[in-house]
Amino acid sequence: MSNAILEVRELTTKYITRFREDIYAVDHVSLRVEEGKSLGIAGESGCGKSTLALSLMGYYFPPLYYTSGEIIIDGRNISGMNSDDVRKSILGNEIAYIPQAAMNALNPTQKVIRFIEDVIEAHDPSVTKKEVYNLAKGFFEAVGLPADVLQKYPVELSGGMKQRTVIAISVILSPQILIADEPSSALDVTSQKMVIKMLRNLMDKGYIKAMIFITHELPLLYNVTDDIMVMYAGQIVEKASAREAVFDPLHPYSKGLMGSIIVPEEGLRDVKLTAIPGVPPNLKKPPSGCRFAERCKYVRPECKGTSVPLRDVGNGRAYRCIIPETELREMYAREARKNV
Amino acid sequence: MSDEKKLCLSGKGVTKVFGVGRRKTVAVDHVDFNFYEGEIISIVGESGSGKTTLAKMLLGLINETEGDIYFQGEKRDIGSHRKKKKYWKSIQAIFQDPFSAYNTFNKIDTVLLDCIRMRGGGRLPHEQKVAMMTEACSFVNLKFAELTNKYPFELSGGQQQRLMIARIFLLKPKILLADEPTSMIDACSRATILDMLMQLRDEIGMTPIFITHDIGLAYYVSDSVYIMEHGRFVESGSADEVILRPKEPYTKRLLNDVPKIYEEWDLSTV
Repeated sequence: MSNAILEVRELTTKYITRFREDIYAVDHVSLRVEEGKSLGIAGESGCGKSTLALSLMGYYFPPLYYTSGEIIIDGRNISGMNSDDVRKSILGNEIAYIPQAAMNALNPTQKVIRFIEDVIEAHDPSVTKKEVYNLAKGFFEAVGLPADVLQKYPVELSGGMKQRTVIAISVILSPQILIADEPSSALDVTSQKMVIKMLRNLMDKGYIKAMIFITHELPLLYNVTDDIMVMYAGQIVEKASAREAVFDPLHPYSKGLMGSIIVPEEGLRDVKLTAIPGVPPNLKKPPSGCRFAERCKYVRPECKGTSVPLRDVGNGRAYRCIIPETELREMYAREARKNV
Repeated sequence: MSDEKKLCLSGKGVTKVFGVGRRKTVAVDHVDFNFYEGEIISIVGESGSGKTTLAKMLLGLINETEGDIYFQGEKRDIGSHRKKKKYWKSIQAIFQDPFSAYNTFNKIDTVLLDCIRMRGGGRLPHEQKVAMMTEACSFVNLKFAELTNKYPFELSGGQQQRLMIARIFLLKPKILLADEPTSMIDACSRATILDMLMQLRDEIGMTPIFITHDIGLAYYVSDSVYIMEHGRFVESGSADEVILRPKEPYTKRLLNDVPKIYEEWDLSTV
């Protein structure tokens, strides 16, 4: 087994609301990203994807609090560290994070190069502006961005260009892992493709060693990542390779998600999209049994009551359902026959 | 013309120019279109292609600079406010952002009652109005009893978008313009919303016009597709024809840029 860049064991983080209620948005999540691999996280809005991304950095600020679990990055446990140390030595150096509206991070009154100077100076105060410029220029050219972007103001750049600029800046210190939270959702398809191409490029050229990619768009996830994790109500409900997750999902929730994929390809018009009825549970009082039971087509009486463990089926696959693998497959096959 | 295919909305040389002189921008450039009754139409284009400007003209929210729009075969006349109001009884819209589509000060009851009044039901007894509102809400899987006396901002994005559809259910327009109806909500609720719109179309026999950048969505829902680039329709035809056998380089590029699951996604072309 190759070298794990990021390993997370049973990570739990919570939000504390104004009324002192605990909301466990990330509930006993374990994951492992190896060198040269990318992991995708899928799920509906409000399932805890973005909270997981924030939690993985080990940098917590109210109302998000760390509860338990371990985050090991490149052999170093960062879960117990205090926030200031994390910010100084981990963020940017080890983990880079790109939020959805990353492009708004650029200061409209300053040139792009000033932003880069700030980033580098914060980590190494001894560098001169000239060195920063040369470094940034070389780096931008290597990742396929024109170097004249450095001397421009953010308003002079298009949305896609801004996003790519911010991504480039976030990895300028060569972090181990990049966490990208919906980096292309606000962009049109062409800019989206350019962003994805750049991320691939970063991986191939070794600027980052691993990547976590979060989005609710499954076709995109399928094309970008090696493995996919499906999240539901703060828990992982399925882990599989990208191909298996899209074409052969096991958990009823993943099955439902895959049924809502829209792609402009032949045959799409013949299938009826399946929608999952209902809404996700309120995490203030999560259901005691399977969290998906309320909305599940295949629900059984024993689903409610005791919590369901993540069932490992080998080959890195796991799913959180009490129904055995073969039985689930049979049910899906029956369903498929009925729809024809 | 056969009575099967009745023209419901058409345009000849429709143009919109913003600004004058050197700062002139031609947002929509001499487009011709024929939308037939009962057909599902999609207008696909990237940001800045002029699709929303065209939608606003179809709705009569802005005037066209040049060209004519015909409604049910006759030249559209929305010169006065009264005529505009009459026109809006037959054409309605759903917008991208449900959060900004409602008046924050009005309760949900008011939103729905306005629709009933617009259909001329202002003088109906209260019980009947409540029954109509309950029916509309249950059509979109909402419970009127839970919504009454609430404000739209107390609902989630998906619920607000569904309430929008409940409005359409009450208004029963002939044409529904859906401007990016699903781009703000996630993939799961998208299927639900599309399902409801399709059901509504069968139920009240309206003509939906989807305006979207999502070529996959256009392929899934529509009968005919219009591809828009820089204010012009570069390609149009039946969905199968345009999406599966595109002729124009722009359509090909657009299709190429969308991630797919059965075909290899070629990253080398950008």
